Amino acid sequence: MIHTFENNGYRLCLDENSGSVHLLDDISFEVLRRLEAGESVSAIQEELAGRWPEKELEEVLAECDELQKAGTLFTEETYRPAVEAFAARPSVVKAMCLHIAHDCNLACRYCFAEEGEYHGRRALMSVETGRAALDFLIRNSGNRRNLEVDFFGGEPTMNWEVVKELTAYGREQEKSHDKHFRFTLTTNGVLLNDEIMEFCNREMDNVVLSFDGRREVNDRMRPFRGGKESSYDRIIPKFQKFAESRNQEKYYVRGTFTRYNLDFAADVLHMADLGFRQISVEPVVAPPAEDYAIREEDLPYICEQYDILAKEMEKRNREGHGFNFFHFMIDLSGGPCVYKRLSGCGAGGEYLAVTPWGDLYPCHQFVGMEEFCLGNVKEGIQKEEICRSFRGVNVYSRPECEKCFARFFCSGGCMANAYHASGSIDGVYKIGCVMQRKRVECALMLHAAKKLSTDENRAEQDGRD
Amino acid sequence: MKHIQTLETEKLQNTVKKGGCGECQTSCQSACKTSCTVGNQSCEQKK
Repeated sequence: MIHTFENNGYRLCLDENSGSVHLLDDISFEVLRRLEAGESVSAIQEELAGRWPEKELEEVLAECDELQKAGTLFTEETYRPAVEAFAARPSVVKAMCLHIAHDCNLACRYCFAEEGEYHGRRALMSVETGRAALDFLIRNSGNRRNLEVDFFGGEPTMNWEVVKELTAYGREQEKSHDKHFRFTLTTNGVLLNDEIMEFCNREMDNVVLSFDGRREVNDRMRPFRGGKESSYDRIIPKFQKFAESRNQEKYYVRGTFTRYNLDFAADVLHMADLGFRQISVEPVVAPPAEDYAIREEDLPYICEQYDILAKEMEKRNREGHGFNFFHFMIDLSGGPCVYKRLSGCGAGGEYLAVTPWGDLYPCHQFVGMEEFCLGNVKEGIQKEEICRSFRGVNVYSRPECEKCFARFFCSGGCMANAYHASGSIDGVYKIGCVMQRKRVECALMLHAAKKLSTDENRAEQDGRD
Repeated sequence: MKHIQTLETEKLQNTVKKGGCGECQTSCQSACKTSCTVGNQSCEQKK
């Protein structure tokens, strides 16, 4: 199966099963578009005969043959048995989202944690519970060496001493168990100070800094509790300093867009204009009845926004002041293996969330939904059947995914999204699928643009030499 | 090739034999926390 498309003037073809990406000229685009639609070679030859020289048409068909032989065009899907066997293997836990604080100093309107309190139960994680969580992770990680722990909330800096103690405990344990912890902190920045920044720069592989872009957009959805002060004004200078202190690497400013800022391209560009180089802004996860939830009718506008953003990014890349947008980043040559791509996000299997009192959930999005509670860090998994149901979800378990060109990039999407949209983790969140497909197209266009620009630079260089 | 230029890509079929070590980052832990983008994760073996 192939997917041909146009984006920002570039004509591209993705060979879905090999992941190969081809940049097309006008005639090859015409031919491949028709082959994708199932037309026969003879029908295409007949149809295009008057419009293109016969010789050129033959050249294109010969190139297609050559690429097919090289395994980069019309590649057959042969992964299913291997991926299903992989999905059935005994699972290990390798990543954990530690809910250090179910409390927050902001009251973000879209927070799935209900303004940080997770359904009315404010709590801070104790050192003992945190240690038990890290012990559980080590005990259940099999021979995986790299273990990820995200200090999450609510707002984890509201329980900062525990973050520090658990980091120290993890460092101690990794030596005796031959493991390596990669710690991450996700913060709203309100309590950020020099001490926290210095600690993070020593210990955290990544920090995720939450804000939503333009001041009015941010402050509308991310207000202080009961206060009138702008959270934007309070956090932005600190985030800028923090990003610089990390050499503009190993961090993300991360925002959420909702129905209230469908023109989110402006928010991403605003973040870039503030000097941030690692940016992630994504659609809100919300029950459809919420006023800020994204609706199907918003999709054409949202897709246009992604196009606007991609076009501007291409321009800035060319001008030498580009930035990374997480959802347009695709690693074509060093990306994940086919198992990873097809077996889902890992929630409920290799990835678990831990509440302040030590309960285990499939992921942070499900925390507080009692029916998804899996057990706790001391006694371990009590409801293996829930874990099995999460592990069983992959690209092959959803008929819609089998037909989708983006399946090797999204891995079936977010199960919390699917649950909100369809009532089942195995369902499909169609609005998310449309956005994901558009993001993949934009990402591939940016790769093509980069290749052309590199080729041009090289030619120019050769011309000078 | 005259009409079709191929971008540098690792063929997915090449990852079947060696893949599946599981050392790579869990997608949700990076910067998304919702939208499950795995295409941008890097393979630990290729780092």
